[in-house]
Amino acid sequence: MSSITCIDLRKSFGDVRAVDGFSLDVAEGTIAALLGPSGCGKTTTLRLIAGFERPDAGTVAVGGRTLAGPGEFVPPERRRIGVVFQDYALFPHYDVAGNVAYALGRRADSRRIREVLDLVGLGGLADRSVNELSGGQQQRVALARALAPTPDLVLLDEPFSNLEAGLRERLREEVREILGEAGVTALFVTHDQEEALSLAEQVAVMRAGRIEQSGTPEEIYSRPNSRWVAEFVGEIEIMPGDASEGRVACELGSLPIDPSRSGPVDVLVRPESVAIGINGPSAAAEAEVTGRRFYGHDQLVELRLRSSGRTIRSRRLGFPAWHPGDHVRVWIDGPVDALPR
Amino acid sequence: MALPLAYLVVVVAGAGSEALDAIWRPRTARLILRSAGLAAAVTATAIAIAVPLAWLTVRTDLPGRRLWTVAAALPLVIPSYIGAYAILSALGPQGLLQDLLSPAGVERLPSITGFPGAWLTLALFTYPFVFLPVRAALRRLDPQLEEAALGMGRRPADVFRTVVLPQLVPAMGAGGLLVALYVLSDFGAVSIMRFDSFTTSIYTLYRASFDRIGAASLATLLVVLMLVLLWLEARTRRPGALYRSAPGAAREPRTIPLGRWRWPALGFCSVVAGLALVLPVAVLVYWSLQSVAGEVDWAAVASAAGNSLLASGLAAVVAALAAIPIAVLAVRFRGPFAGSVERLSYTGHALPGIVVALALVFVGTRVVADLYQTLAMLVFAFVVLFLPLAVGITRASLLQVSPRVEEAARSLGRRPFAVLRTVTGPLISSGVLAGGALVFLTAVKELPATLILAPIGFETLAIQIWKATRVGFFEAGAIPALVLLAISALPLYWLTARD
Repeated sequence: MSSITCIDLRKSFGDVRAVDGFSLDVAEGTIAALLGPSGCGKTTTLRLIAGFERPDAGTVAVGGRTLAGPGEFVPPERRRIGVVFQDYALFPHYDVAGNVAYALGRRADSRRIREVLDLVGLGGLADRSVNELSGGQQQRVALARALAPTPDLVLLDEPFSNLEAGLRERLREEVREILGEAGVTALFVTHDQEEALSLAEQVAVMRAGRIEQSGTPEEIYSRPNSRWVAEFVGEIEIMPGDASEGRVACELGSLPIDPSRSGPVDVLVRPESVAIGINGPSAAAEAEVTGRRFYGHDQLVELRLRSSGRTIRSRRLGFPAWHPGDHVRVWIDGPVDALPR
Repeated sequence: MALPLAYLVVVVAGAGSEALDAIWRPRTARLILRSAGLAAAVTATAIAIAVPLAWLTVRTDLPGRRLWTVAAALPLVIPSYIGAYAILSALGPQGLLQDLLSPAGVERLPSITGFPGAWLTLALFTYPFVFLPVRAALRRLDPQLEEAALGMGRRPADVFRTVVLPQLVPAMGAGGLLVALYVLSDFGAVSIMRFDSFTTSIYTLYRASFDRIGAASLATLLVVLMLVLLWLEARTRRPGALYRSAPGAAREPRTIPLGRWRWPALGFCSVVAGLALVLPVAVLVYWSLQSVAGEVDWAAVASAAGNSLLASGLAAVVAALAAIPIAVLAVRFRGPFAGSVERLSYTGHALPGIVVALALVFVGTRVVADLYQTLAMLVFAFVVLFLPLAVGITRASLLQVSPRVEEAARSLGRRPFAVLRTVTGPLISSGVLAGGALVFLTAVKELPATLILAPIGFETLAIQIWKATRVGFFEAGAIPALVLLAISALPLYWLTARD
């Protein structure tokens, strides 16, 4: 079990600065996610930690051991870091057991191989050829292979992006359990926020080569430290307001807020905090429903506030159904956040 | 590898203005046009023959696919000088076809010598250089790309043109390059077909006129021509990935039913096989029967066969092994250094056998006297000449291996050499073996270098055949020729059967 420490990593490819001052700390045994849009440099960061690329500057340390730094570079084969690639990169010339045995090298014994295959739920498939496996099974073999030599750290590159939606959910849970049982520190890279928020204990949001914010999923979601993070993670409504003494005044009334905020602010409201009703409290604003998206378990209702014409979205349970044209009242019934404007 | 070039440079530089005189003649310009023209025509024809053949045998329900696959690759086995002789003696003005048609009143067939004969012969016997890589590439194509295109509403012909064909360009380029280089350095076929080219001019200057300067100057010019070719080919290489990056089970592409196109397709295959295989073999069999009617020295044939196997076998092993690091350099460490190493390995193939042989003789007599006219020298010449064949195939094979798989092996604790040994190696092993087989095939047929460098008394089948041809004893050359074809057939069968 080991922690990860990256300090001010930089890596450019020609003119492109893929990683530009990346710093991160992940504690031992944590499952962490590196979340960001395509092109933000997250895969490059992963490769820097794994040792497949050399940083131009900065240091990488795992478990207190420096792996890359000024004048120092430990090649990937000596880092004891397991890697699960996006396309799994299984060895086509070995069967399932052979792939796992390769990871164990000279210490390969059938007991450990069986143990690890059972851990990922592939007990009976040891002598299958990897070409015959489905995507989900191949992913499990990749995971087993990475975990077999009990590495200090496991890195996963968009591990679920090639799986169909239903399988994804199930596999996420299973992988979380497997990683937890194995007790490893894990860092996975993803552009899927749902994945990051539901799977990880620590989420680091990355943008243009560096970390925007790092914290627990709740922190990232409810207390984004910038407008960009607020907009990137989940849906958000932003409206101007004026904060003083623990409250902020905005179009939807006076709301409790972190007392440290004061003056002109951007009020950040998640659609889940927006309530709709035929009637509402006195502070409720009048609005008209302009659209609705139904997701089965919930619905996203688009509204236009009468007073300002501003559009706002509300996420509510799937029922009662709202329809375009309905005249309703809108108010806040959940937490809001504010950032200085 | 650089030795032959160095020799040329030394001789030409030493000659100074004399060399320039030799080059600066109208005749030289004509030579360039003729040789380049022949190379271009043969390459285009070879591609035009090979791509449909490859597609028919891989993707359609052509009856007897397996057989046609083997038959399509077999012409590799026939040396161009034997092929030229067969074509000339069958289709030429005094040949068998003429004899067949004279009762019908055809008095004299148009002469097939010169450009037409050289073109036909070389195209027929070099198209396998394109057929094999294109076939291998077709088999590795991800059918999902074509299915996606069909799903977008494109007609199958369009899909072939816009999705399949572009993916075949690297294979076509690699094979086409080999064909063009082969044509430029060929000696046997063009001399029999009386086509004035660089190689025949060089040979005449060296052997008949003892004009070393002239020969070396022309040789240098030929090398320059070939370098231009290499540069052109380098520009057709696309840096894109050829390996499948989507996980999940690999699906076989669907076979396309030919329907009534089956007959024209079979007709096409038959004509090619007929001219390139049946004709030469029939002609050879005819002579063999004539020679058996007389006296045959079986011991000599057997010993020559053994020598051919030995020299070519050694060359194949050395070349196959040497190709691995070069291919790895070229594919994994793309950069100016890696590129130049690869291109340097191609120069050997660009150099005519005769030039390489002469340069090695120079080295042998002046520098390493012990090695002159030894088997080692001959094997070395073969490796210099045919390494690019192995490199080309190994490289194409390596392009199919995702770098992620190698990185996975490294993350699991293996150092780079161990990764090569346990992962990359096994995955490219069929390509390496194919490269070795191809080197073997080509070395066994090689003529000019063998003539010059073989140790005294070390007679190979190629030498036996050539000696017989020179004195007009076609019967005497027929049996060694058939044995040569038989020896080459085994690795070739295995080259195409490893599907």
